[in-house]
Amino acid sequence: MVGLSHYLILGALMFGISVIGIFLNRKNVIILLMAIELMLLAVNLNFIAFSHYLNDIAGQVFVFFILTVAAAESAIGLAILVVLFRNLRTINVDDLDQLKG
Amino acid sequence: MDNMQFDLLTLLPEMVVLAMAMFILLLDLFILPQNRFIIYGLSQFTLFAAAFFTFKTHTPAVGFAFNHMFIDDTLADVIKLMMYLGTSLIFVYTRKYLQDRNLYRGEFYAMVLFGLLGMMIMVSGHSMLTIYMGLELLSLCLYSLVAFDRDNKQASEAAMKYFVLGALASGMLLYGMSMLYGMTGSLDVADIANSIMQHQGKSPVMIMGLVFVVAGIAFKFGAVPFQMWVPDVYQGAPTPMTLIIGSVPKLAAYAMTVRLLVQGLHPLAQDWQDMMLLMAVLSIVIGNFSAIVQTNLKRMLAYSTISHVGFIMFGFMSANANGFASSFFYISTYVLMSIAGFGIILLLSRQGFEAEQIDDLKGLNQKNPWIAFLMLIIMFSMAGIPPTVGFYAKFTVLQAAWQAGFTWAVVSAVLMAVIGAFYYLNIVRKMYFDAPVGSQVAITAPMDMRFILSVHALGLLGLGLFPESLLGVCGRSLLMSLQ
Repeated sequence: MVGLSHYLILGALMFGISVIGIFLNRKNVIILLMAIELMLLAVNLNFIAFSHYLNDIAGQVFVFFILTVAAAESAIGLAILVVLFRNLRTINVDDLDQLKG
Repeated sequence: MDNMQFDLLTLLPEMVVLAMAMFILLLDLFILPQNRFIIYGLSQFTLFAAAFFTFKTHTPAVGFAFNHMFIDDTLADVIKLMMYLGTSLIFVYTRKYLQDRNLYRGEFYAMVLFGLLGMMIMVSGHSMLTIYMGLELLSLCLYSLVAFDRDNKQASEAAMKYFVLGALASGMLLYGMSMLYGMTGSLDVADIANSIMQHQGKSPVMIMGLVFVVAGIAFKFGAVPFQMWVPDVYQGAPTPMTLIIGSVPKLAAYAMTVRLLVQGLHPLAQDWQDMMLLMAVLSIVIGNFSAIVQTNLKRMLAYSTISHVGFIMFGFMSANANGFASSFFYISTYVLMSIAGFGIILLLSRQGFEAEQIDDLKGLNQKNPWIAFLMLIIMFSMAGIPPTVGFYAKFTVLQAAWQAGFTWAVVSAVLMAVIGAFYYLNIVRKMYFDAPVGSQVAITAPMDMRFILSVHALGLLGLGLFPESLLGVCGRSLLMSLQ
């Protein structure tokens, strides 16, 4: 029987993978965007699991909003990525080093 | 659906800002570039109209809309009025800079107004859903504003860093919210507080949710250990965008903290107090020590922001009405100070020249004594030297923390404030005692900006001499909302 805790553990694993992906990734900015998406999906999984467990619809409504915002967010993220590539001709995370001090 | 009360009057200011932002976005397509002053005027008019309606629809009673998702209390109205004032000053100070750099476009005004709408929703959010939606509307506008100057390499890098870390912060906040929802069964701030009160016991999941929510809030504030984005974004973004990021959104972050931590999670105050204590002390120490070694003025102000955020957290840490009110006073004066500080940078920069380095201020007194004097007031105020308003802000916050029993933290904060005064006074020394570098170039800023900036900076002095009025407004509005 798959219970609430299984979903929460899966959500926590996904969340952990995405945080690790953001901080350990030194190669490609697109992977950062993917990690951010994964993070929001982990949150969605949590919300739906709780919503089902509590018999309360509000959590699932929240998920719809998060999905919409995630779409807008990745649109803006990709737009910034295009600007970045036009200016620097690279999307390597290690090359984002002009700002230091 | 019958229990849904649509009292749209409570949303009137938001609707005005939304309608005008969309109208400005459309109108900009149909007017010639030389007529763009219409857009500027309409934006200022929008702020004025929103302030008028906020003032007119204000009642001492708390109003709700959309099934208690939206709250209209005195605290929200006062913060909104401060936001209109701040945004209006931002429009005045940035106009010349944008014109000089071919950034004077309608999108800028539409985007700032949409961001303002997001902040207004955050301030009035009474459910985790509305707070999150307002936060995202604000953040998405800020990300794109940082990348607004699209051929600027530094700005695009700053935008990418801001985007990734901002999205990470939103993700952490949401993850915490999902746990709080799971443990309390509600998204409503008041219901969460009631549910925690009734169940007494704290489950580990609830504490984890609290930790993630506090981390998300600290990220948005820019408190240590979540401060890494602040210096890069402040330095890399074009100065008008730095001005926007560093000022009015801090008020929204304050409101979000009040709604989530004070109204929603007050039963867990003992737990978040410790986190606040750690973040407050670390922010003040790391912010001040890092600011000393900076040569870039914007980067120095970024580190100074981190230390100011530390002081704001001192007020929260006290976890009583007195502390929250002192935080509110601190943040409202800080917003005024930072707008004035970046306003001076914008005033000194001209076409093809950014007054970004601290050395650019050398000998400013000989070139332009009046602007040097205004900068002197602003720096004194940021350092917290009496009789400027910055002194009272620091004093009230530390007093609240002292009364709450955080003796050693207050002592360390005072020591750090003295160390912090070093880099502000360093600027004053460069302005007054160093020989000017470069040729004499006249300030090209328009009269209205110079006049308003003068009044604004002198206001910091005036507020310092008579702090009671603002202090009273902050305290009363907060008390009315916390009842």
